[in-house]
Amino acid sequence: MTAGSNQTPLLEVRNLRVEFPTRRGTLVAVDDVSFSIAPGEVLGVVGESGAGKSLTGAAIIGLLEPPGRIAGGEVLLEGERIDNLPYERMRRIRGARIGAIFQDPLTSLNPLYSIGRQLVETIQTHLPLSAAEARKRAIDLLKEVGIPAAESRIDHYPHQFSGGMRQRVVIALALCANPRLIVADEPTTALDVSIQAQIIALLKRLCREHGTAVMLVTHDMGVIAETADRVAVMYAGRLAEIGPVRDVVKNASHPYTRGLMGSIPSLGVRSERLTQIDGAMPRLTAIPTGCAFNPRCPEAGQRCTVERPDLMPAGVTRAACWLYAPGGVGAALTREAANA
Amino acid sequence: MLAFVLRRLAQSVAVLLTVGVVAFFMFRYVGDPINAMVGQDTSLQERDELRQKLGLNDPAPIQFLRFIGNAAQGKFGLSYRTSEPVGRMILERMPATLELSFCAAMFSLLVGVPMGVYTGLYPRHWSSKLLQAVSLIGVSLPTFLVGILLILVFAVFLRLLPSFGRGETVDIGWWSTNFLTTKGLLALIMPSITLGLFQLTLIMRLVRSEMLEVMRTDFIKFARARGLSNRAINFGHALKNTLVPVITIAGLQLGAIIAFAVVTETVFAWPGMGQLFIQSVQFADIPVMAAYLMLIAFLFVVINVIVDLLYFLVDPRLRSQGGAARVSGH
Ligand SMILES: Nc1ncnc2c1ncn2[C@@H]1O[C@H](COP(=O)(O)OP(=O)(O)O)[C@@H](O)[C@H]1O
Ligand code: SF4
Ligand SMILES: [Mg+2]
Repeated sequence: MTAGSNQTPLLEVRNLRVEFPTRRGTLVAVDDVSFSIAPGEVLGVVGESGAGKSLTGAAIIGLLEPPGRIAGGEVLLEGERIDNLPYERMRRIRGARIGAIFQDPLTSLNPLYSIGRQLVETIQTHLPLSAAEARKRAIDLLKEVGIPAAESRIDHYPHQFSGGMRQRVVIALALCANPRLIVADEPTTALDVSIQAQIIALLKRLCREHGTAVMLVTHDMGVIAETADRVAVMYAGRLAEIGPVRDVVKNASHPYTRGLMGSIPSLGVRSERLTQIDGAMPRLTAIPTGCAFNPRCPEAGQRCTVERPDLMPAGVTRAACWLYAPGGVGAALTREAANA
Repeated sequence: MLAFVLRRLAQSVAVLLTVGVVAFFMFRYVGDPINAMVGQDTSLQERDELRQKLGLNDPAPIQFLRFIGNAAQGKFGLSYRTSEPVGRMILERMPATLELSFCAAMFSLLVGVPMGVYTGLYPRHWSSKLLQAVSLIGVSLPTFLVGILLILVFAVFLRLLPSFGRGETVDIGWWSTNFLTTKGLLALIMPSITLGLFQLTLIMRLVRSEMLEVMRTDFIKFARARGLSNRAINFGHALKNTLVPVITIAGLQLGAIIAFAVVTETVFAWPGMGQLFIQSVQFADIPVMAAYLMLIAFLFVVINVIVDLLYFLVDPRLRSQGGAARVSGH
């Protein structure tokens, strides 16, 4: 951890496991994921589509959609366990201590309520303010996120704003009660490329000013490189590597991360397909035994197909890879043998 | 907005004129009005005189214009059966039907909407499944059967409620109301339930499916992430977003309730317009039938216009069309 390990982390996720019971057995979508976020820190979370990034975020804010459920592990906010709280107590934490921003600003706002009404109701849910005070705070927030003529625009409806403006409103909504942590799940993916950089810059500036920590889920390696303090790389529901942004981007230890960082597009260029690595991430129904990455890994050895690696120190970062264990990967495998 | 209202009014007039044509052809060409008005022993000459006097020998377009002109003033001629002015006969019966329809509509909305919300919010709960099953029965039972079953249980066995008629009514001007006496109110209960039951189940199912859909939307998910209370989410954000389709259906169904009051009024011997209509059919009393048809069409048109105006109240996206421009910017 960069922000000093002696301090209590703002958020701590320990051995998180998210499952979906299905007719053909239980799917494990998030498997033994552990990480922490320090106050004011920005943790980038990257990985291919389906790696379990959104589910991890949903588990943290307590909004997994049934039948998905937390089947193991714990989530701690400022040292207090929050994954097993009753709905009503968790509701009071959402919005107040953990804010959230979702992918699509066009659909995140209720089309039938003015943005002012949505801001005021959120403020009054969490803060003991009168209607007039809440409205004043709402206008201040709109100004802060860069909505021009906030005093008059506050009474407008979502359809009267452009996509970028709506995402600014969404950010204002997430900041209503000045939460300590914001979980931002691909906050710019749905936006025009030209606007993405502005929204990211805004989010970064506001969180620095308010001292808000961010868990920033994104496909965009450029965004991560510019914004994050540390990066977590997810693969098939597991953490592959986690460490300071410079080391993960420039000097990755895990073979998957290295493939991922093979070519970093410049900021704003969207790339669904992050990797230059052959093959695709396994389905949840067919996760290989041992290291989930072994069928695609150029470095795989015999140990990789039978035994699952935990996160272990690998240079400056920590990686789930046998290359960094004292015994190594065992005898090297040919691709064909690994796939068999 | 003004253009919209004018366009709607023009459409309404067109609809009414079309119904007017149908009513006119019924009035003029279904059966012979003269036969219906005179006895077996009336001479041919007397018949011709009457025909001339009523203007039945004029060209059809002239007759049509006269018909429409009179209809617009509420004059529909004399009933073949009672020789009374049709307009007055209908007006006398109207309060009974409108009060019954109003109660049936209130019953279906006030019970149907909460049931729909509940079953939509807790689709997996056993009580929701029970309500769903019961509502299926509600949709499939014919109205007259529901009425007869209710009479059997509450009038014949339990002797709690009257089985026919309006009970006591009080006249306020020309309007006679059930609402001011206990007997009148009791008499309303079973007919209202009978008439409103089908619409109740329809509205419940509609609200349920709309709720299920809305609860899956991103803005509900985001409302949860903002920590709003369940009450604010369910009855504010979610319910309001189901309103547009519910208003549409409720409006159409109000028209249907008034029109289908015919069956219920017959079962409960309710002295309303529907009962009058059935009697007219039995006697081929064409003027009454034509007038009833036009009145129902008129009510449908009025309800539709009101529904359209309600949309504007509910949905800001409609209000500002052509109004405030979408402001772009980054
Ligand atoms: N309701 C569900 N039932 C079964 N599997 C699901 C469900 N929701 C998500 N998943 C699976 O969980 C995995 C992780 O999803 P997600 O966290 O959304 O991935 P990411 O955000 O990294 O793209 C995916 O493989 C997806 O198929
Ligand atoms: S554990 Fe083996 S298969 Fe997995 S990434 Fe490391 S070397 Fe490759
Ligand atoms: Mg996702």
